[in-house]
This record gives sequence, C-alpha cells and structure tokens, in this order.
Amino acid sequence: MTDATRFAPSRRALLAAGGAFALAQGSLAFATAPGERKLILVILRGALDGLAAVAPVTDPAYARLRGRLALTPDAVLPLSDGFGLHPSLSFLKQSWDRRELAVLHAAASPYRDRSHFDGQDVLESGGQAVYAVNDGWLNRALGQSRQGVAIAQTVPLVLRGPNSSSSWAPSEAPHAATDTIERLMDLYAGDPLLAPALAQAIATNAVAEGAAMDAMGARLGRRAGPAAFRSVAEVAARLITAPGGPAAAVLSFDGWDTHANQGSVQGTLAARLAGLDGALSALKDGMGNAWGQTVVVVASEFGRTVAENGTGGTDHGTGGVAFVLGGGVRGGRFVGAWPGLGPQALYQGRDLAPANDIRALFAGVLAGHWGLDQQTLTGRVFPGAAGLRPIGGLLA
Amino acid sequence: MAAAQDTWLAAHRFGIGATPGEPGRIGSSPRDWLTGQLRQPAAFMIPDAGLPTRQEAAQALLTYRTERQARNNRAQSTPPPPPRPRRPPAAAMDGQPTQEEQAIRGLFRQLGGLPIREATARINTSLRTETGFAERLVWFWANHFTVAATTLQTIPYPGMFEREAIRANMTGSFTDLLLATARHPGMLIYLDQAVSVGPNAALGQRRNVGLNENYAREVMELHTIGVGAGYTQADVTELARALTGWTVVTPRTQRIGVQGQLGDVIFLPMLHEPGARTVLGQRYPEGGQEQGEAILRALAAHPTTARRIATKLATHFIADTPPPTAVARLERAFRDSGGDLPTVHAALVGLPEAWDPAPRKLKTPYEFVISALRGTGIAEAEMRRVNESLEMLGQRLFRAASPEGWPDDAMSWAGPDAVMKRLEWSQLLAERLNPRTGPEQMADTLLGPLASPRTRQAASRAESGTQALTLLLMSPEFQRR
Repeated sequence: MTDATRFAPSRRALLAAGGAFALAQGSLAFATAPGERKLILVILRGALDGLAAVAPVTDPAYARLRGRLALTPDAVLPLSDGFGLHPSLSFLKQSWDRRELAVLHAAASPYRDRSHFDGQDVLESGGQAVYAVNDGWLNRALGQSRQGVAIAQTVPLVLRGPNSSSSWAPSEAPHAATDTIERLMDLYAGDPLLAPALAQAIATNAVAEGAAMDAMGARLGRRAGPAAFRSVAEVAARLITAPGGPAAAVLSFDGWDTHANQGSVQGTLAARLAGLDGALSALKDGMGNAWGQTVVVVASEFGRTVAENGTGGTDHGTGGVAFVLGGGVRGGRFVGAWPGLGPQALYQGRDLAPANDIRALFAGVLAGHWGLDQQTLTGRVFPGAAGLRPIGGLLA
Repeated sequence: MAAAQDTWLAAHRFGIGATPGEPGRIGSSPRDWLTGQLRQPAAFMIPDAGLPTRQEAAQALLTYRTERQARNNRAQSTPPPPPRPRRPPAAAMDGQPTQEEQAIRGLFRQLGGLPIREATARINTSLRTETGFAERLVWFWANHFTVAATTLQTIPYPGMFEREAIRANMTGSFTDLLLATARHPGMLIYLDQAVSVGPNAALGQRRNVGLNENYAREVMELHTIGVGAGYTQADVTELARALTGWTVVTPRTQRIGVQGQLGDVIFLPMLHEPGARTVLGQRYPEGGQEQGEAILRALAAHPTTARRIATKLATHFIADTPPPTAVARLERAFRDSGGDLPTVHAALVGLPEAWDPAPRKLKTPYEFVISALRGTGIAEAEMRRVNESLEMLGQRLFRAASPEGWPDDAMSWAGPDAVMKRLEWSQLLAERLNPRTGPEQMADTLLGPLASPRTRQAASRAESGTQALTLLLMSPEFQRR
C-alpha cells in the first residue's frame, strides 16, 4: 500500500502518458542530474560458452578438449596473454583496443550446480545461495535516488525490490485513453500488485514519450533472432538517455544454451555472438556523448563444459566470462585470476574453475561508478558476502 | 449467493473462464461438474481430424532442409558472379526472389503451416470447450513438460506433443504420463535426446556423435524430483547413458537398415551405452530400453516427485506461495494413489483453500486472453489476431523461452509494461466489440458474483460501453482467478 502511494503519478505524468504534447513539454516524470552515470546490465540467459567468446587459444589443453569447437589462434581476434575474442565480436575487439573493455574470465556466482533457473536466481539476487534473497542486487544498489528499467514487459529479478524500477517495451497498439488510465488507477487503489505496476508504467511511458520512442517500436518488432538484440539495445540507449531517463537499464538476451551443433567460427553460437556484438555497438552509438559516463556489464548464469559433448555442443558448466565496457572503463586488460585448463585445474574434472566471484565485478562497478561504499555493498547489495572484495580500479 | 459464487469459482478458477452460458450449465453442483470431467478421456481431447501426423511433420522438415541444403551447395559451387552490369537485370532490380528461392520459401511456409493448424485447434478448443477444468489441467501439464518451438527442428512439435503425449494421458498415472512424454519425438528432439549416443555403443565410435545430457538433466530437475533433491552431476550423466538409444527415425537411421516410419520414435540398441547404471544410489543392470524406463519409473515414484507436483499444483490453483496444508493433502493423494492423476486432480477440488473467494492468482497472458474472449462470447478465433495478441502480451503460444516453461507467479507477469499492454489490448478488444449492453449486465456476464462493488461502480460510471468493458477486463478480479 505504501508502494502504491509512493509511486502514484502526478496528474501531469498521466497526461503525458496519453498525450501528444510530451515532447514540447519536455520531461515530466523524473528529475535527472545532467551527466548522470548510467549502468546497463546485459544478462545472457542460457549460459554463454565463455571459452568460445574469449578463447585461450595458445593453451594446448584448449584445442585438445574442445575438439571441433576449438578456435585456432589465427581465427580469433587477439587480446593478450594468449587469449582471443571470437571472430564475431569485432566491436568488442575495437573496444579492447581503445582500452574500453575489461574481461573477467573464469567468473561465477556462488552457485555451483548446473540449473539455469537456480543459476539465474543467484546471479540476479546477489545472494549466497538459491532463494536466499528475494529481490535483486541492482535494485538494492539503486537506492532511493535512482531509477532502473528493464527493456521488457516484465521486471527481471535483478531489478525487483524496494527501490523504484520499471519495465518498458515498444508497443504497436494504440495507447490507452488517458481517461481510462485514470479511472483504472482509481480502481486499483490499494491493490498491492496492480496499482504500483500501472503507476510505474505511466511514469516510464512519460519518459518514453519524451524520447519519441514510438517511432522505434515497429523496428523492434521486425527484427528476429540475434538481430533483434540490436533493436533492444537501440531502445535501451534511447530510453536511458531521454530527459528524466533511468540510471540503469537491464537487457536480457536468450538462446545461449548451446547443447548441440553450436559451431565454431561460424554456426549458431557465432550468429548469437554477432548479435550481441551488434547490440553492444548499438549501445555505444546510442549513448552518444554519454558513453563516457556509461558502464555496460555483460554476464551469464554460468559457463559451459570445457570439452565438446557428443553432439557438437557443450553442456552446463561452471566458470564463465563477463565483460565490462564503457567510455570510462580502464580496459584493454583482463581482471581476475586465470585457473588454466590442466586436468587438476578443472572444476569437477570438466568445467572451467570458478576462480573469480562475479559479484566482485558487480561490486567493483557499483563502487567505482556510483560510489557505493563497502558497507552498503556487503551489507545490503550482496548480503552474506562479508569477505567480498570489489575489483578495484575498473573505472578511470 | 455462496452457491452461485462456487459456480463461478468453478468456471473461473478451476476452469478457464466462463462463457456466457457456462454458469447455467454448471448449475448448483460445481464440485460434481469439476470431478465429472476427470476420468473422461474425451474431456481432455482436441478434435484432431486433419492435424499433422508425425510422418507429415518429419517429411515437411526433411523436404525443406534438403532443398535448402541443395540450394546452399549450389551457391557455394557456383563461380563468383561476373562484374555487375551497369544495368542489373529487371528481376534483380525489383528485388524479386528467384524461382529457386520462391520454391524454398514455399516449403518453409508449408512447414510453418503445421504449427498454425495446431494453434488454431488449440485456441478454438480453448474458446469452445465445455470441460474447462480438463482444459486447464492440459495447459498445466503441457507447461510442466514443456516442448517449445525454439529451433527449426522443433517447429512442428509442441502442439502435436500436447495432443499425443499430454491430452491422451490425463486419465492415467503420472508415471504413464512421464513415459509418454519421454517417448514423443517432440520431447526427444527438443531436449536433444534423439541425437545422444553412448560413447561405447556400437555406433559410438563414429565421428561427430556422442552423449548429450540435456534431457536427462531436465527430467530430474524439471519433470520429476526437482533441483535440490540431492542428485549429482554423476546421476545426470548416468541417466543420460541409460537413455541412449531412444531416437527418432530419420533417413540416416533408415539407411542403416532401421525399420520404422519417418518421424516415429524407436529404441536403437546400436546407440545404447552398454553396462549397468547407478542413479540415486540404485543400481540398474544392463537392459536396453528397459534400463532407462526403470529409472524413469523410479523417478516418477520418488517421494520428492509427489511433493514437487503437489507444490506446483497448489501454486497453480491457490496462490504463488500455497498453504502447506493444501500441499500436504495433494502430496498424500499423489502417494496414496500411486500418482493416479484423476485422484490427484480430484483432491484439488476437495481443498477448502482452493475455494477461498478472494482471487490470489494473476492470470497469465494466455489465460487472460482466452477468458476475455470466452467471456465476451467469441467462439471462433481469428488466428492472426489471437497470435498477435499473445505476442503483444508476452506469451507466444508454443514458444516458452526455456524447458522450465512459462512462469506461474504474479511477479513474473505483472511488470509495469505488461500491465499497460494488457490495458492497451483490452481497449482494442472493447473497441472492436463496441458493446451496446449495459455495464451491469456486462459485469454479470464476465464476473457474476465475483465482481466487487467497486468494479461494478467503475463500470457503471464509465463514459462509454467500450470504456466499461475495458475497465471490467482490467479489473483486479478479472486479472486474477
């Protein structure tokens, strides 16, 4: 009930949600400080094959274990320390060369089993274990002053919680009549679920109106498969840079569960990686001058087996890869430790070892970008992670 | 009044939403109406005359893939095109596809026609059925054993799987249901079991074949005992080995002399990993197809499975966090009856918690769309419109994003944007129907005694019939069940 009153929209926001004058009136929903530091989280659902995205090509164990899936040293886009990016990731390679991309390999949440659903729960909740925490770390990190939005119809776990978050996706249907929206708000008064949801939608629609998002809507609908990633990224950048736009956006890309025929230089995974690369490139373009104050984090629930399975794919694993990029990132380097692929180094004899806590990366970004202190990070954002040491120096 | 309320709860919560005539048909014995559906196989069936067969599906896939492959091969072997003429040929200038390209597109349309036929049948059944409880149970179990069209190979299968594996097994035991899903080409292809080969099997040494543990993992994690039941990676791998051999007949298997029609499910001993297996501490001697079946039976009969199914059913019918007493009663019904589905489903009807008049479950988009169309008396679906509606609201038919199926909790569906889209959709439907009946009468037809005084007041004060209907469809009571 308190939620309902806290999120109750102003009369002006209601008007903006249905009206055509929002552009002329400018932002109505939220006041935003100019040059606000933006955080974009990209979640790759289904478990990205980290060893295909960032391959340890000079490690003899890599070629031996990966079989047909192995990338050769001359096929990859070289980074450093014997690693190379998948050839589909050309924008990430440019970012690395511009020193705007940092890579955390062998990264994992505290979750050690191999269920997608539980893995995503821990990745997004930021808890020590499955279902230990009911809301998301990014929501808790927002605090009272920042807004978060998911580019989707619904709010993913990482953004759910006590602080203000919303969801938005383009619509091809006509807007609801302003008068009907107002009457529905009255009808929902006291409804703990529907009232805050509708109020949030009204406020976020007002921001979207201000950014003239509707013109983009049709485009989001027309692209399919990995090509649609780019459309989602364009929408995200547009919304987040709009006057009064949120401080954080969450994008989810599906389809990384490559159990069969994932391919190597080419194939289904290569196409998905190209889609991701295009989306990240679109984020940079869309952020424009704000790129310098933007950090993009790319993460997945866990990695995949080191060895190729029996059907040209890889099965659920443990250590994966995460990316941090942005204009202010101190990049062109790996952060964290590399456990190697030797027989003793593998986790349970089959997976890349979880050498680096992915929460340390998230915490490092939150500390460097939004100035969250250690107490907030380990007490509230990542509860139970008392010994967590945020990765320092991620941002210039 | 209480009796009328139970009649409406039967239609709205246990069923899939009242059509204008349904409360009258249910009458004053809603519990009999519900339990009467449970042992009648016909109550769960879909009129399947003219729907795709396994052979038709496999053949459509094969023809399309063969032609596409041939086209790609030709394209690769063709020498690079000569330098472009100053004026390109007319066809190319117009961007007209070649004849070859048109033929391939035609084959793809043919393939895509299969799920459209399935979807039309499913949606028309949803709109017209007079056994709504049976239909809701089909949705529940089809979601529990999700098969989704996520790849080219899976396009024809979700609807067929639902008809052949789910609907046809709703009056038997959970074990039979699990075994039927395990032997359906849709499931074997969706979770890669059809291509999994034992490394030491007769054909295991061939290039490019081997074990795939996808299905084995999901059987334990999603279909039976559930994650957290204490199984290990070793258990998953052992089950994957035991299940090798179950596959779908393809031209490749036909070439090596396998009997069976294209698209049929068979057990091929030459793919099966030889040897005894140990799963959850229990040893299973070598036994070909019976080995995997024995393990599946044990998983179905495992006490944790009873607990898990009971929790899922109570979550679906009562609340996102169901009362433990209700879960315990369902669990007991499951265990005492050896997983007899009609007994378990009847136990649901007997739960006092399931008849609490306060609606606690938010409808999924599919539930919302179907109940809105039923409530407004629409019995014939315009497929394109319904599909667009479901896509707009985030729940495309036969397209769940993962093997876990669609979520069954309010937080997964009540995002701000999702609520706004439901409102936009309701307004579209109301505008199209442009109702002339009075708001009170509309409230009676859509919600009967379930409509709150506030909702009735909002409808009666609306500025138009369209707005009244929009508000009724969006009311807290109609959004929930």
